[in-house]
Amino acid sequence: MEIIRRKAVLALYKFYLIAPNQVQHIHIKFRKALCDRDVGVMAASLHIYLRMIKENSSAYKDLTGSFVTILKQVVGGKLPVDFNYHSVPAPWLQIQLLRILGLLGKDDQRTSELMYDVLDESLRRAELNHNVTYAILFECVHTVYSVYPKSELLEKAAKCIGKFVLSPKINLKYLGLKALTYVIQQDPTLALQHQMTIIECLDHPDPIIKRETLELLYRITNAQNITVIVQKMLEYLHQSKEEYIIVNLVGKIAELAEKYAPDNAWFIQTMNAVFSVGGDVMHPDIPNNFLRLLAEGFDDETENQQLRLYAVQSYFTLLDVENVFYPQRFLQVMSWVLGEYSYLLDKETPEEVITKLYKLLRSDSISSETKAWIIAAVTKLTPQAHSSNIVERLIQEFTTSLDTCLRQHAFELKHLHENVKFMKGLLPVDKSCEDMVVDASLSFLDGFVAEELSQGAAPYKPHHQRQEEKLSQGKVLSFEPYGLSFSSSGFSGRQSPAGISLGSDISGNSTDTGLKETNSLKLEGIKKLWGKEGYLPKKESKTGEETEALPVPQENIIMENVDQIITKNDQSQALTQSKEEKEKQLLASSLFVGLGSESTINLLGKADTLSHKFRRKSKVKETKSGQTTTSQNMTRSSFSSSSNVTYEEDYYLDNFQDRGDKEVKKFSLNSELLDSESLTELPLVEKISNCRLSTPSLFADNNMEVFHPPQSAAASVANEISLTSSLLEETTEHMHSDLMEVCNNETISVSSYKIWKDECLLMVWSVFNKSASELKSANLEMAPAENFKITEQPGCCLPVIEAESTKNFQYSVQMEKPFTEGNLSGFINYQVMDTHSVQLEFSVNLSLLDFIRPLKISTEDFGKLWLSFANDVKQNVKMSESQAALPSTLKALQQELRLHVVDIIGNEGLLACQLLPSIPCLLHFRVHGDMLALWFRSSCSTLPDYLLYQCQKVRAWIDPQLPVPIPCFHPGMTRAFKAECFVSVFLSSRCKKHDYIPL
Amino acid sequence: MIKFFLMVNKQGQTRLSKYYEHVEINKRTLLETEVIKSCLSRSNEQCSFIEYKDFKLIYRQYAALFIVVGVNDTENEMAIYEFIHNFVEVLDDYFSRVSGPSHTQASPYRAASPTCFQAGNQSSRCLC
Repeated sequence: MEIIRRKAVLALYKFYLIAPNQVQHIHIKFRKALCDRDVGVMAASLHIYLRMIKENSSAYKDLTGSFVTILKQVVGGKLPVDFNYHSVPAPWLQIQLLRILGLLGKDDQRTSELMYDVLDESLRRAELNHNVTYAILFECVHTVYSVYPKSELLEKAAKCIGKFVLSPKINLKYLGLKALTYVIQQDPTLALQHQMTIIECLDHPDPIIKRETLELLYRITNAQNITVIVQKMLEYLHQSKEEYIIVNLVGKIAELAEKYAPDNAWFIQTMNAVFSVGGDVMHPDIPNNFLRLLAEGFDDETENQQLRLYAVQSYFTLLDVENVFYPQRFLQVMSWVLGEYSYLLDKETPEEVITKLYKLLRSDSISSETKAWIIAAVTKLTPQAHSSNIVERLIQEFTTSLDTCLRQHAFELKHLHENVKFMKGLLPVDKSCEDMVVDASLSFLDGFVAEELSQGAAPYKPHHQRQEEKLSQGKVLSFEPYGLSFSSSGFSGRQSPAGISLGSDISGNSTDTGLKETNSLKLEGIKKLWGKEGYLPKKESKTGEETEALPVPQENIIMENVDQIITKNDQSQALTQSKEEKEKQLLASSLFVGLGSESTINLLGKADTLSHKFRRKSKVKETKSGQTTTSQNMTRSSFSSSSNVTYEEDYYLDNFQDRGDKEVKKFSLNSELLDSESLTELPLVEKISNCRLSTPSLFADNNMEVFHPPQSAAASVANEISLTSSLLEETTEHMHSDLMEVCNNETISVSSYKIWKDECLLMVWSVFNKSASELKSANLEMAPAENFKITEQPGCCLPVIEAESTKNFQYSVQMEKPFTEGNLSGFINYQVMDTHSVQLEFSVNLSLLDFIRPLKISTEDFGKLWLSFANDVKQNVKMSESQAALPSTLKALQQELRLHVVDIIGNEGLLACQLLPSIPCLLHFRVHGDMLALWFRSSCSTLPDYLLYQCQKVRAWIDPQLPVPIPCFHPGMTRAFKAECFVSVFLSSRCKKHDYIPL
Repeated sequence: MIKFFLMVNKQGQTRLSKYYEHVEINKRTLLETEVIKSCLSRSNEQCSFIEYKDFKLIYRQYAALFIVVGVNDTENEMAIYEFIHNFVEVLDDYFSRVSGPSHTQASPYRAASPTCFQAGNQSSRCLC
């Protein structure tokens, strides 16, 4: 039996790994497995828990106590002897539990406190000299350093690490180094304690140990020890052949060099080594970052120039060396740098550089991609050169090249070379970072296009539109002549709806040809406030100076430390020291510089700004962050504006509510007597709510009719018993759905309705006591649903429902992740006459639509937002001729889907909405003949698809020829039919709103 | 997490392999030869853990038989190292006739012993 349970749990674990969602409903079973009386089953469940806790530790904090108890029992030897391995009780189980505890206690003092005792006991018990106890100790140390720190435990753990590191057993040494690497960022002094061992490991014959030591050194690198550490890394790099190690190590060296380089020469040389060793296997970010650093420079301009000059000189000499093959990437870097910055050279003329590049170009060992880089460099240098023999030779040679790419480059060079003045303007010196502004709208073609159009040419259609039209036309041959496809933003070639106004603004009526300066961001001379690390206060430059002054005293302190250690050694060991040892200590002092207690802060914040040698200007990033903040501001402001708008419209609602309430009450009383007139008022609730959504300009006639005073308003003999009296006051402020009965029996009837509040969905359950006696301990509870967060609203009344009265229970529902359809279920139980309790279950469907709210933004904001969204869905739908008018379509969508109509421009419409709490979605409509092109964009990937689906439903609603999936009360329905529906909704209460009603 | 479990002899022939993550059949042979090559190249003074690509190999030698376990970097190497030994002990317990040619040896699976590791119920079959 135990084995079956164990296997079942393991199978579930596999399930969990493959599809975590599929086993969500049996989480309770996992808990059962954890508490199983069989140790094997419990141990199996730990796999699942480790995994789940790794993903979300906060959800399982309550289990900490259980894990601690289990571990205590295991450590205390309470398990059957079968689980012992070399007289250690269930070692792998202990390790698993320690891992779980480490995850649970991370950054959580309260949880960590629960486990201090058991961790202490584990450390104490595992003193047997056996490999497996070392494994437990290692895990223990790991956990002690992961959880909220406690000094006693840390001390013991550090002692443990010491024992590992000093052990003659190689496997233990490895374990010790690994532990040190993990611990070192929290406690750098530990590295100082073991510095001699680390030095020894650095020269260890086993490359694996060396590698682990380098990993450790990488973690303690700072501005003072960088040269030594990088040197050691490069040494290792030259020995190793395995690609994976090279890629890894090269990345680390490049990162460190960029962060802590002591001077230009060192930086360039190190990067040269990185490029020549890393060659073509390294991560492409490394050369890219390097070039960007060179191009964008850092704060000090003269320093920039020196760095560039040094790079140019270094590459110039490197290219002189005969018979050396450099990796392609390195050659690309060289040619770019030479092309951009060889003007900095004093003695060498551009001709010399070109000659050198030309020689390189003709060598066989060079890929065509690199050749393209070289030709680009030559092109940049040509305007600076005085004589152009070589350039002409190059042009001659490569315009006949078989490689298309090279040939194109050569032709470009040829044409530019013919017009030197233009070339100089196009390729200015040292302007690699300046944005070249191109008139992308091609406004200079406007005149030409206008002329063509007037002569009967077809207007340009964007690619996707052409394709869609082609698809919709099917495979029928087209007999229409092909239109000319000239793009012009002024006419029809719109890239996006946002471009409508922006594009034409830029292009204006200008007829300039070629390039032109536009209003791009000018960053020169603007004080830098935001940097890579965030806000850079003015003080920063000062602190930089201070720390630059600091290293000297620090170094002294460290040297003193080292001296102390040396003297200690002197005392304990013999007085004479071998030369070798001295060398090692010298190395140690250079390696562990800056690791004293004074500099711990420096070390902890590894990304400290102070010691960065090259602080990037990163123009690109700045502008980007600027953009995002503005867009955020924009959304925020648009949200606030939306709340402003709503209150204006509340006025209408208030007006309505007076009448509506009376009307509904009357209806419930005299439903049989109802005349058609008053029935029309019933959909009020919905209609009014729609009004509230729309902008005033879109208040069309059929919405306005709502405000006609009801003709039979008199019947306000309101009866308190009616269902409708339960409509909350809140409904007066917010739009809500119809009251709908969800369940009933002989004593009670439960109905519910939704209130679409601005910030959430409010579900109201009205419990009506039909019987003549009062109901006691009435309690309504919602079952937890995975997609929703359900919170009970305060003010839910006493657990007694008097006879023939109604009580309301309110729950606010928030969506946690997007979904399409969800089910909210719950139950109500109550007691009749103190005897038996009755339970009644019910459920209600929620759709994503319940969480869609209008997003009120301006056309301009729409444009900006549009460009910032990545998720994009397009669809073309055919409309019947009568429906082709855009405003009516939009109005329908606005009413049905709660969208906000931002703007209507010609045959295009812009709509915006948001999914609560704040996921915006933008819609773009374009009517083209009888086609409606829908285009959705959002920051959420699933939202556009869903909205598209909803829009199609609404389209069906518009188009009378298509089947109607939603039984809404559309204008085409007869009043009698509406009445029928309402009677069925209110009285028989069998019909849910979204059920299909056959017409 | 354990990615694969291999038993390979000194000649580089795989005697047993179990993968816990999908690896294509043709890539398995390549992986196995590379793994055994890196294990064979190591001496007794070197540690039993090897960094191989983005995962770690933990190996133990029993006479002419290597047991190699590939794990990802969150694993505790020493725990796996002992786990291999546990596995061998279980094998020894389960197949009672697992033994080497020299019966004087108390524990036939000791790494230092020159015994040949054999297993089988009726006919003793050599694993390596």
